[in-house]
Amino acid sequence: MLRLVNVNSNYGLVHVLKNVSLHVGKGEVVTIIGANGAGKTTTLRAISGLQPVAEGQIYLDGKDITGIAAQKLVAMGVAHVPEGRQIFAPMSVHDNLELGGLQVYRRFGRKQLKCEIESMFERFEVLRDRQNQYAGTLSGGEQQMLALAMALMSRPRLLLLDEPSMGLAPLIVKEIFRIIEELQSENGLTVLLIEQNANAALKISDRGYVLETGRIVLEADAEKLLSNPEVKRAYLGREQREIWE
Amino acid sequence: MGIQRGSIYALVAIGFNMIYNSTGIINFAQGEFVVLGGLMMVTLTMNLSLSMPFAFLLSVLFVTIVGFLMERLTINPVREPTVLRLIIITIAVSILLKGLAMCIWGKGSLYMRQFTQTGPIEFFGATIMPQTLWIIGILAAVVSAYILFFNFTLTGKCMRACSINRDSARLCGINDRLMVMLSFALSAGIGAVAGIIITPIIQMDYGRGALLGLKGFGAAVLGGLGNSGGAVVAGLLIGILEAMSGGYISSHYMDAIALIVMLFVLFVRPGGIFGKSEEIRLKEF
Ligand SMILES: Nc1ncnc2c1ncn2[C@@H]1O[C@H](COP(=O)(O)OP(=O)(O)OP(=O)(O)O)[C@@H](O)[C@H]1O
Ligand SMILES: [Mg+2]
Repeated sequence: MLRLVNVNSNYGLVHVLKNVSLHVGKGEVVTIIGANGAGKTTTLRAISGLQPVAEGQIYLDGKDITGIAAQKLVAMGVAHVPEGRQIFAPMSVHDNLELGGLQVYRRFGRKQLKCEIESMFERFEVLRDRQNQYAGTLSGGEQQMLALAMALMSRPRLLLLDEPSMGLAPLIVKEIFRIIEELQSENGLTVLLIEQNANAALKISDRGYVLETGRIVLEADAEKLLSNPEVKRAYLGREQREIWE
Repeated sequence: MGIQRGSIYALVAIGFNMIYNSTGIINFAQGEFVVLGGLMMVTLTMNLSLSMPFAFLLSVLFVTIVGFLMERLTINPVREPTVLRLIIITIAVSILLKGLAMCIWGKGSLYMRQFTQTGPIEFFGATIMPQTLWIIGILAAVVSAYILFFNFTLTGKCMRACSINRDSARLCGINDRLMVMLSFALSAGIGAVAGIIITPIIQMDYGRGALLGLKGFGAAVLGGLGNSGGAVVAGLLIGILEAMSGGYISSHYMDAIALIVMLFVLFVRPGGIFGKSEEIRLKEF
């Protein structure tokens, strides 16, 4: 479904992505793990069209989408939940969802948009109670739910998630992973996930990639990555201790 | 007297804010939009004798198109837009528009009659010109329309979203460049309204843009850049201060005093009266 071929990207003179190649099959959940500053966020931004690609190609369903602007890719079914809950804080929760559902409005009109928001409230009950509140007043977990709901409002086929569990309590992290799994199994959604919480992420993933200073250094099935000693040492610190004990 | 001018500064400040919110730049051609609106109105009503409402709409439309063209022809094609580059472009456009206005309308100041021809109205012992009521009424209408547009229409919300978080807005499918274009067109339209309603009182000429723009900018800064509620209050405040200093001190110092007060406030509260100081930031385009 998604294929990156030797993608290079840079910020000014800093070469951040070096020949990144990866693919995500239809209905798969794929995780990218990597240390801080490895270029995970940059990879997702390149896919969603926010970050210019200097070299290489990105294909969506076999179609070259390199260099297509972010606002157009949304209409093609790519939704990106950026790092750090980038919601519109001074606007109400309801308005945030409306903006997330802009695609629905453009294609099917206001009525359908209302239906869609209603169905989002069914999935995220907290948001219904808070719909007239400013999004900035939500708790971190609720904001992440809102960001996820906004992305889902565009009816994506491919969902890009950038560290959805960052800074959240374990219970909410669990809830978020449950929702991702649910979306994947019920709607056949394809998910590309970035996580520091590699353990939890790999458990719901089919495959995983390890990104190190802008290069893909490892690709394997999720279970294999979970049991790979190198990966364990670098990214799954806790398991390591268990082995020693 | 103060409220009339103050309303104009408020409208000009709203125009500044709109473009500031969408691009992070100060549009130095804002004053020229005001002048063009006024001059066009003079031509349509005094020379072509169109009816007031019709001429009003046509003038606003004309300047809106000027704003639209300005964005499409001078802002949009810039390859690597930086704040400085764009600001310099707006200065260039303002000089160009001023020159064009001089060629078309000449150097003299043009007279225009008031919107309604009734005499002054007695109001609780004070006499008020009907034009003043028009100005206040139209300011109120523009502010209401502004609030409705940005809070209740999807396009307005898209524009706000874009100014809050550009990347997120794009990920929602909002075309950020289109929003920039819209903000130029709208703020040109608002500038035109200001020019049209003040012309019967101050008589418009091609060179007034700079000072009107400067005072409107003062109001925008005083109210906290980007904060349009603050802009309206600050605009009225500057207008009234100006009128009072004209009355109590000397009308020679009228222009200066408002600006001195503005500078003083900025020394004390750099974010403006209503702005938060953390919010003074230059947005990246
Ligand atoms: N806007 C920017 N300008 C310049 N350099 C940047 C910018 N954003 C990121 N970088 C650099 O690019 C590299 C990769 O950044 P990126 O945000 O993709 O890392 P990441 O893997 O997402 O890290 P984290 O786990 O901390 O989120 C880093 O070295 C970073 O310093
Ligand atoms: Mg990151």
